[in-house]
Amino acid sequence: MDTPHQPTDRVTRRGLLVGGLLASGVATLAASARAQDHSGHSVAPAEPAPTSAYDAPPPHLGAHGNMTTVGEVDFEANGFDPSALLTDWDVGTPSIENGRTVRTFEIVAEDKEIEIAPGVMFPAWTYNGRVPGPTLRAKEGDRLRIVFRNFGSHPHSMHFHGIHSARMDGVPGAGLIGPGEEFVYEFDATPFGCHLYHCHALPLKRHMHKGMYGAFIIDPDPALHPEFDASARSRLLGTPENAQWQEMVMVMNAFDTNFDNENEFYAVNSIPNAYGNRPIRIEKSRPVRIYLVNVTEFDPINSFHLHANFFDYYDTGTQLTPTLKTVDLIMQCQAQRGILEFSYARHEPGMYMFHAHQSEFTELGWMGMFDVVEA
Amino acid sequence: MSDTVVPAPRHSTWRLVAWIALPLLVLAAAIAWIVAADPLRGFNNGAPPVEAITFERTVLDDSGISVLIRAGGSEPMTIAQVQVDDAYWQFTTDPAGPLQRGATAWISVPYPWVLGEAHRVNLVTNTGATFEHEVAVAVPTPVATPGMLLPQAIVGLIVGVLPVAIGLMFYPALRNASRGVMDFVLALTIGLLAFLLVDMTFEALELAVESAALFQGQAMVILAALATFLILMGIGRRSGTPAGLALAFYIALGIGLHNFGEGLAIGAAFAAGSAGLGTFLGLGFAIHNVTEGIIVGLLPGYASIGIAAPIVKARPPLWSFVALTLVAGAPAVFGMWLGSLSYGPQWSALALGIGAGAIAQVIVEVTAYLLRQHRGTGKAWLSPPIVTGFLAGVAFMYVTAAVVKI
Repeated sequence: MDTPHQPTDRVTRRGLLVGGLLASGVATLAASARAQDHSGHSVAPAEPAPTSAYDAPPPHLGAHGNMTTVGEVDFEANGFDPSALLTDWDVGTPSIENGRTVRTFEIVAEDKEIEIAPGVMFPAWTYNGRVPGPTLRAKEGDRLRIVFRNFGSHPHSMHFHGIHSARMDGVPGAGLIGPGEEFVYEFDATPFGCHLYHCHALPLKRHMHKGMYGAFIIDPDPALHPEFDASARSRLLGTPENAQWQEMVMVMNAFDTNFDNENEFYAVNSIPNAYGNRPIRIEKSRPVRIYLVNVTEFDPINSFHLHANFFDYYDTGTQLTPTLKTVDLIMQCQAQRGILEFSYARHEPGMYMFHAHQSEFTELGWMGMFDVVEA
Repeated sequence: MSDTVVPAPRHSTWRLVAWIALPLLVLAAAIAWIVAADPLRGFNNGAPPVEAITFERTVLDDSGISVLIRAGGSEPMTIAQVQVDDAYWQFTTDPAGPLQRGATAWISVPYPWVLGEAHRVNLVTNTGATFEHEVAVAVPTPVATPGMLLPQAIVGLIVGVLPVAIGLMFYPALRNASRGVMDFVLALTIGLLAFLLVDMTFEALELAVESAALFQGQAMVILAALATFLILMGIGRRSGTPAGLALAFYIALGIGLHNFGEGLAIGAAFAAGSAGLGTFLGLGFAIHNVTEGIIVGLLPGYASIGIAAPIVKARPPLWSFVALTLVAGAPAVFGMWLGSLSYGPQWSALALGIGAGAIAQVIVEVTAYLLRQHRGTGKAWLSPPIVTGFLAGVAFMYVTAAVVKI
């Protein structure tokens, strides 16, 4: 088995170089310090400096000004674009068997070097060559058939958060397959909600943070929920009610690029600041629904905070009434997920930020902007 | 006879050239083959390139934080992103583009740093490896303006020249000293120098560890010390063992090199923002350096007793007092200047290594001088004044150094 990236201790732990300043050197500094003008440090440049930390940022930098990653990711080379990924539903290939809808999904696991931040290459393990993997979407009660082929260099599986038999669980001995092998997972789409799937090969942490996860959305069948018919219809992809909504999937994830069990980059849908650099267009007259999934490794929780607005939250999406009403921040532990619903109908158009409210995550890339427009 | 002898060397000269050329040609052929055939290819296991970065300089000013880095990777390296205190920041790389092995570049971040607090700069390369550098105490980096050179020179004079001048004041007292007193003083000098030698060597090796791997800092320090020692010994013994004024100048040179290295280190620490670590240290350092200065101050004393004639004590010329003071003290000023413009730790290490070599030479020569003085006296040269002098020298340096060590 290869170990694709093994920085040595020397490489990763080079900090503290300055810690041991020359003792005797330091000593005389007393005298020298007095010779210096230490009247106070001011950020305002005495002469035109190239940039100042507090200047209003140029529009393309979003509200974070100088505090952001530099450059752009080559989405074409990566093979996926975070803006397109928001609404890229994979509904499989539907067919009818015995009067029942069967959806067949084809998923391959493959090793792929992806640019997870501008200029930073990461040796990812992917589903269908992208991180997060395809957003699988089905209707409650559909029969799902997922043909999974492992073209990667390690054993992999697809472990669905849903209801299925032990044989279909995607754990060692039940659908975990070696390189070059194939397995077909088959089960009913239930319960409706916002779920996820991920590789359950061991070590789990490594297989997760290398990129093996994706959203798994089951829309409610309105026929089964007559008392919440309108809500169920609005959730069901393909209905006119659903078309009114501006739906998107956001997978909160992170990358540990130096493999020290701490993340260097945080984002939704993999690319730090992607939606800050290219804000998500929102028509203010139409409501917004976000399928939010947290797959961040190493940090126990992640969060979502919406600026200048409040939302209703459906934890795990398995209810048609909100579990939290009128909040502007929710948190999710690892593998927790839910649905956010909100509207900008009464707002003035403009840029509205969203981000994790762990400042560290935000400042390491997990932030984005809604460009709310009149429409 | 000459007909047969003369061509023979010519013939053997060509043969010699051929014998030298042959292995060189084989070497060239071997290199060409290794490059062309790449027989080591089989060892390529797909591992990512080895990456190494050394932070050589940090500048904090109105436009933010800048660090001078030196790449030491097996392949050219690219800094893809920069974190300061766990946040990504816009930055510029100058010069732009990948960093060849051994190349340096400035990374500048418009970061609103906070006076007196700590910051961490973390560079993320294109492979995702990270290299962290801590700014222990953020203070504005002194700018190398003409206005700054003067205060630094004053500091250098305080550190380097003033103690020497104070030491000079012992000269009258020593002029007519007895053999026992002179033995004590010479042994004291050796003790002081021995402490400096040990201290400097470790200081140099510490700095060597901080410098980029490609400088092989530790080997560089040892070799520089050895080379300096041999060169100075060679020069000094060109015409017999040095004595008198010449010996005095060698001692001054050794201390001067030490002060230069120390000046570099002070300047570097200054630039790195450690200036605020405690004003009380200034006094301790002054005391410590006066001890050093005493050695130099005694030099005219050595000179006077050293100028051979047993009875006549030559009075050294006045200019020698000034010259000795400058040779021993002024390098501290230059060291301060260079150090605050702050070259990488490898240069401070090199300067300290050279200084260690120079001090070793002085120890050898002063010891030799002491031995010569005792030759033929029939007494054990390790007399009580000499032993106590040596121990007192080491102990005094140790105690005063304790004040300035952090």
